[in-house]
Amino acid sequence: MSLSTIRVFDASAPWRVSPQVSLRDESFGALAYNHDNRRLVFLKSAQLVALIRQLDGYESVNDALDALIPTGQRERYVKALASLVTSEILCGR
Amino acid sequence: MGADTSLRNRFERGLAAPICLTWELTYACNLACTHCLSSSGRRDPNELTTAQAKALIDEIAAMQIFYVNIGGGEPMMRRDFFELVEHAVAQHVGVKFSTNGTRIDAAAAQRLAGIDYLDIQVSIDGADAETSDRIRGVGSYKAARRAMDHLADARFGPFKISVVMTRDNIAQLDAFERLAAHYGAQLRLTRLRPSGRGVDVWESLRPTSAQNRELYHWLLERPHVLTGDSFFHLSALGDPLDGLNLCGAGRVVCLIDPVGEVYACPFVIHDEFRAGNVRDQGFGAVWRESELFKSLREPGSAGACSSCGSYDACRGGCMAAKFFTGLELTDPDPECVFGHGETALAKKRVVLRRVPSPDHSRRVAVAISSR
Repeated sequence: MSLSTIRVFDASAPWRVSPQVSLRDESFGALAYNHDNRRLVFLKSAQLVALIRQLDGYESVNDALDALIPTGQRERYVKALASLVTSEILCGR
Repeated sequence: MGADTSLRNRFERGLAAPICLTWELTYACNLACTHCLSSSGRRDPNELTTAQAKALIDEIAAMQIFYVNIGGGEPMMRRDFFELVEHAVAQHVGVKFSTNGTRIDAAAAQRLAGIDYLDIQVSIDGADAETSDRIRGVGSYKAARRAMDHLADARFGPFKISVVMTRDNIAQLDAFERLAAHYGAQLRLTRLRPSGRGVDVWESLRPTSAQNRELYHWLLERPHVLTGDSFFHLSALGDPLDGLNLCGAGRVVCLIDPVGEVYACPFVIHDEFRAGNVRDQGFGAVWRESELFKSLREPGSAGACSSCGSYDACRGGCMAAKFFTGLELTDPDPECVFGHGETALAKKRVVLRRVPSPDHSRRVAVAISSR
């Protein structure tokens, strides 16, 4: 099992769902499973799931947030994304 | 995973596909453990063929089930074992398989070490041969240790050492921890259930209530020790143990047996908990549409436990443990930490429910070949 290098989350950089991760939609949001470190993460919001699925299409997380998330909720999503970096669901690209 | 009430409520209503799918590959086994939950021994002539097994794997992949827990019997007794594992892994379905280790020689260990997305758990039931062999048979501990040595030599990485907790081995918790550290392995401890042949030994082997308390505190201090969420009935003692702390049967968990029957969980191989067969309907249809699973996903009644302040911690405990000791599903867990299960059992003056679980036990014990 090789662990990918954990990077500190920086919203001005481009991120994406790690290629080692599978997402499965569920009524509460989705399950995310990292095949490399065997970690299972519960994504408890459909908006968060939609956001991370689309990260790949934006130059930076900030761009994705500008386009997809109302300003008032931004901080909450930044926090959620940072924790998904820690659990290696997201990786830099 | 911490206890999260809202998420737990969602899980109790069921998921699109299981999180934890166990697939017993064969009823064949070269050991005859006294507590075997699937009463394994002899291969069933009707076991899934290689083609059927591969079709099932394809469906598992399509349902985005991330990994499958393969057991048996001894899964490595199937001649197509590697073929099936490689087929699963090639489609990104991780494999976690449980073995007695007797078939892991140096060559097998090398081959296993070369497969991505593969986890192995080797079973022992004591920290020494004497304790373990009393349950698993003479020579089984030595064989398991030899397998662990081969895996270590092949640089497999951190495999798991899996132990069913009994009255005889709770005193060895620290020794198990040292053994795991010796191999750089992960320790996995699970609950003894009165399932399969386990019904015959449950009364004499189950931990005492004092031992269960000791185990609870030991686990609470060691969240890295894996338990397959199997001790959630002990969470009523105080802080919840790590895990979902719910009975996942038919909601997030289920079992496919070697002949394709789908049961609500690995510990209830019994007609009453049979949801359908993958050969008839395909696995997805059974998971989504079986009447049994639908009923398990209905909000349950707390039954006899409704007046207990700890119901939210233990959710009434394990369905299998109740069923096979003759309790109703609305009764407390037979090992309820407050003793309500003992009271319920005494009231019923129960004869353990020895009803028609499929039994593939061998009629004669077989010696373990040495490698």
